[in-house]
Amino acid sequence: MGDHHHGPAQGLSRWLFTTNHKDIGTMYLWFSFAMFLLGGFFAMIIRAELFQPGMQLVDPAFFNQMTTLHGLIMVFGAIMPSFVGLANWLIPMMIGAPDMALPRMNNWSFWILPPTFLLLASTLFMEGGAPAFGWTFYAPLSTTYAPPSVTFFIFSVHVLGLSSIMGSINIIATVMNMRAPGMTYMKMPLFVWTWLITAFLLVAVMPVLAGAVTMMLMDIHFGTSFFSAAGGGDPVLFQHVFWFFGHPEVYIIILPAFGVVSQIIPAFSRKPLFGYDSMVYATASIAFLSFIVWAHHMYTVGMPIAGELFFMYATMLIAVPTGVKVFNWITTMWRGALTFETPMLFCIGFLVLFTIGGFTGLMLSIAPADFQYHDSYFVVAHFHYVMVAGAVFSMTAAIYYWLPKWCGRMYNEAMGKTHFWISFIGFNVTFFPQHFVGLAGMPRRIPDYALQFTDFNMMSSIGAFIYGASQILFLYNVIATIVSGKPISDEKVWEGAEGLEWTVATPAPYHTFETPPKIDPAHAHS
Amino acid sequence: MIRVNANPAIDTTIKLVGVAVVMFAFVFVVMVPLYDVLCDALGINGKTSGEAYTAVQAGVDESREITIQFVATNNEGMPWEFRPQSTMINVHPGAVNDTVFYARNPLPEAMVAQAIPSVSPSRAAEYFHKTECFCFNQQPLEGLSDVQMPLQFIVDQDLPSDIKTITLSYTIFDVTEMVNGAVAVR
Repeated sequence: MGDHHHGPAQGLSRWLFTTNHKDIGTMYLWFSFAMFLLGGFFAMIIRAELFQPGMQLVDPAFFNQMTTLHGLIMVFGAIMPSFVGLANWLIPMMIGAPDMALPRMNNWSFWILPPTFLLLASTLFMEGGAPAFGWTFYAPLSTTYAPPSVTFFIFSVHVLGLSSIMGSINIIATVMNMRAPGMTYMKMPLFVWTWLITAFLLVAVMPVLAGAVTMMLMDIHFGTSFFSAAGGGDPVLFQHVFWFFGHPEVYIIILPAFGVVSQIIPAFSRKPLFGYDSMVYATASIAFLSFIVWAHHMYTVGMPIAGELFFMYATMLIAVPTGVKVFNWITTMWRGALTFETPMLFCIGFLVLFTIGGFTGLMLSIAPADFQYHDSYFVVAHFHYVMVAGAVFSMTAAIYYWLPKWCGRMYNEAMGKTHFWISFIGFNVTFFPQHFVGLAGMPRRIPDYALQFTDFNMMSSIGAFIYGASQILFLYNVIATIVSGKPISDEKVWEGAEGLEWTVATPAPYHTFETPPKIDPAHAHS
Repeated sequence: MIRVNANPAIDTTIKLVGVAVVMFAFVFVVMVPLYDVLCDALGINGKTSGEAYTAVQAGVDESREITIQFVATNNEGMPWEFRPQSTMINVHPGAVNDTVFYARNPLPEAMVAQAIPSVSPSRAAEYFHKTECFCFNQQPLEGLSDVQMPLQFIVDQDLPSDIKTITLSYTIFDVTEMVNGAVAVR
């Protein structure tokens, strides 16, 4: 270990008052993993209920609370904070900055999260139960027919939106102002690029989400009628406002994952990333298109045919920049000196499964066909292929890839590979059959189903238990690595890894790049 | 700790907070009014115009007959009796038609109601002109009294030929509590 003149403070106050980007990144990652387990536990309840047709374990009202909280916690509590944690750890180290631009705000944006999710989870014990209107909280289900706990839900969404906005402002301010001399925009690692664009999306759409829940709050408590037809409002307006936030939100979730994969695949292919410039432009195009496709989530509300066509073509257009990305990743691997360590396995798993999710997304984008798929298990299968196999697989890859750098200890490779294969098999057994039951007409968010769907649902449930259990193995592997992994001291943990974060000591010291590094002007981006 | 680059970062932050505030305001001052304007202007979402139509003399198309169905629905908790006088009539495009909806307040206290129309198929909304409608105004009603509420409409001659049946649905809402503040009428 290098000797530092001022290391971290000791005890609990280190974590409460820290402004260190590495500490805050660590807290984000642990918090998001805790939320991942909680949201996963709710998913297990859902799958246990759906193991057999008929009412088995929970009553329908509680089932609805589970689907709602599972979605909310996974999106806002697990996936988003995990990538913010990764950004905190890596962005300063990747651009040669000593810390984030606004360290105190950084502390705040993390510490308002745990109480918020505690509040959200506490609605389970309130009279009338937790929110039960789905994570999309369509009015009037979430206004006129909502349980009283909806007000706590609204407050939670406000606070977590605030946290996301503060986090993104910090990331943008850091990337724009704190790059080491010579680190031009087009030399930044792709993870930094994807996060910069993601942060702009967040600043633009989290206030829209805040606006939507504010209107709900006013409808419920202050007698306005934004979404109530009685006073001249319109419930369909809610869906437009929600999805104007909601569609950019799905790219907020997946773009940092693209960034992670763009760092890891070159490292284990021992080749620079193919088509760096096109990757940047593709990311920016996806971000732009995400603002003009929102109504493809609501083809069935009775839009005019011109609207259906516009949103259909605009949605299909997204396949072009996404295809560019997939092409570039595959071309990076082409004739590379490939090795298949755990991070690479998760990235290849991401590549295969995310592409399947992309194709089902294209199927859903076809407006006339969507009337069949709408609100069916086909949609559930689609978005779990892009959310779990996309975002969660790449996040897992990121942990295996950078954890040795962070803690100076190597994880157990055999256990990592086992985790990958169990996850990969469990995931596909869970979600692949859901395509079939969805196409055959099984609706989502219903605790019971017709008898002919039994076999596929049993498969789904067994797969879900396997996938869920594999995450315990992951948790064990991470803790075992931190506590007693094989110590390593090479600055470059991986032979093919490129980038500034691999030039500092291993384990990464508490303070890095207090003097900016020299960037070789001829050196390409990493 | 890091003072070297503090100022440009603060500038960036202020601008970004500005963006966030603008986007929050955008929901209220752009998205909501724009949605209403678009729905009204294009007649989409089954919304008929909230204002009386001034009839243009254009003659009656005797060759076509359109079936108009009337549906009356009470919003949750609305105690009034509310129904159309006839549930279905056949009309010619261009002709002026009259019908009546019946409403009765069964409670002892006075109430105010608002009826909200919706036309199906939604494509027909822009061809369904109301020259007089009880839905243009709120309907006050003394306790234990009833009223015949008039509706006068013209089906446009330009109605697409594949539309043979139009359903006009009214949902009646209790707006007694809102009546002092809100006056949204359509």
